[in-house]
Amino acid sequence: MDAIMNLFNDPATYRLMTIVILSIFLGIEVISRVPSVLHTPLMSGANAIHGVVVIGAIIVMGEAPSADYLALTIGFLAVILGTLNVVGGFVVTDRMLEMFGKKKKGKSA
Amino acid sequence: MENALLQLSYLIGSITFIIGLKMLSHPESARKGNMVAAVGMTIAIFGTIFLYTSTDGEGAHLHNLPWIFAALAIGTVLGTVASKRVQMTAMPEMVSLFNGMGGACAMLISIMEFRRISLGMAGVETTAGKMFVIILGMMIGTVSFAGSIIAWGKLNGRIKDRAIPGGQLINFILLGGLVVLITMIVGGFMPDNTMLFYGILALAALYGILFVMPIGGADMPVVISLLNSFTGVAAAFGGFLYNNPVMLTGGILVGSAGTILTILMCKAMNRSLMNVLIGSFGGAKAVAGGGGNKEQGTAKEISLNDTAVLMAYAQKVMIIPGYGLAVAQAQHICHELEKVLNEKGVEVNYGIHPVAGRMPGHMNVLLAEADVPYEKLLEMEDANDQMGSTNVVLILGANDVVNPAAKDDPSSPIYGMPILEVEKADHVIVNKRSMKPGYAGIENELFFRPKTSMLFGDAKKVLQDLVAELKNV
Repeated sequence: MDAIMNLFNDPATYRLMTIVILSIFLGIEVISRVPSVLHTPLMSGANAIHGVVVIGAIIVMGEAPSADYLALTIGFLAVILGTLNVVGGFVVTDRMLEMFGKKKKGKSA
Repeated sequence: MENALLQLSYLIGSITFIIGLKMLSHPESARKGNMVAAVGMTIAIFGTIFLYTSTDGEGAHLHNLPWIFAALAIGTVLGTVASKRVQMTAMPEMVSLFNGMGGACAMLISIMEFRRISLGMAGVETTAGKMFVIILGMMIGTVSFAGSIIAWGKLNGRIKDRAIPGGQLINFILLGGLVVLITMIVGGFMPDNTMLFYGILALAALYGILFVMPIGGADMPVVISLLNSFTGVAAAFGGFLYNNPVMLTGGILVGSAGTILTILMCKAMNRSLMNVLIGSFGGAKAVAGGGGNKEQGTAKEISLNDTAVLMAYAQKVMIIPGYGLAVAQAQHICHELEKVLNEKGVEVNYGIHPVAGRMPGHMNVLLAEADVPYEKLLEMEDANDQMGSTNVVLILGANDVVNPAAKDDPSSPIYGMPILEVEKADHVIVNKRSMKPGYAGIENELFFRPKTSMLFGDAKKVLQDLVAELKNV
């Protein structure tokens, strides 16, 4: 338990905790006003955003010793999976929203 | 200097995520919002590749760049191709699958970090706090990965619903086991014990599988939304691990937004999250059998011709789409029907139940693809207000969302869920492929009510024939 308490004594951790708290409220604030029409695209967009985890994969991979093939293989896989999450997420969301856009134009024309 | 630029790129990333999510919540700006977040993500990723320097004092840049770029290229190509090719109806599965990828990525990061520590390559001494972050990130990522894969399999029909006897108890034991193992590693009783680490991984994977397995298909949207927020939290643990603000903001934003979205969905079904997670639909079949055999008359069928006449001479028609419409890919022909009826002076609206289909807003996306005007899609409350003045309700492959048992049968597992009150209209026509119960596995008494007529057949085929008939009326 001490170990976990010590986390809070570290200024860097404290800064991160502040970000966490503010982000929680921000997320709630942003989402609670979404019309249900946009729920699926929004979920998909949020899905793409958590693909930011790929940055972690890039760091691990970039710091792995060049001769450590096991590490390189796992890292390689992690970067691919993370990129899939990011790119796939954004493209799928765009495809869903494209249909809303098309309809908008059709209506005004 | 470089570090300042890196931090700046992270700041830009965080801001674009917030603005992107905000813009995603308005129909006019949604598409741009998605772009904004994507641009911010790209900046943060390239910032990391070129500007990141190690924190252990040597300040070395990242190496293995060719490998990194190769992996990025493969992921980009695969991701683009997969999401361009996927059918609109398979979108929910796709989101679930991508979510699983993110979870797996978080899991692999933790595995690599743990391996570095256990091989003594971490450089600095590992604190219990760091170990805690690594293990929690791994555990949540693994649960999310395993759960998303099961959800994906369930949505595309590869995995059937099955209730596990004593599943609840097993899940509690698994959770208890996880707590014990994590305490053993983090508490320093058995630090960097590889066996323990992979034990946690195995338990987490098993938990993810068992956690999603008994949940009924009708509740899958809620589960995907929840798993989505899990992955967000797993990404945030990565942020802690690397002291990385953009991973933290992105992860936590998704974590909290996903949780709220999950709760909103549960509210739409008038159930608590606990109730959904315990998987009451899984054990529902026995109860439904008891409730189903009272006043069960015979369902009467209606011919295509009669349907066409009934609709052509109606003033107001309401179409209620469900998963059946998505499966049959009948959204375009549905819009066609709407246009033919409009030409005949019939007012046509769509009644959209918040949990119709397999994801929130599933029906909206599907109908938007077929160019159905936005303002014709009525949300449940508006639809119910208009139901009294509606002459004909046409239900296309929806079942549980119009089941009157939700209103008047306290023994029904969906009792209390708000439904589209179709019986307020003059006529109800139900298009289904067979009399089989819907995804929740509950009999629907609506089919036997006097106002209801059944129009059997595949939604696409039936609508095509109906449009042809209507042109002749």
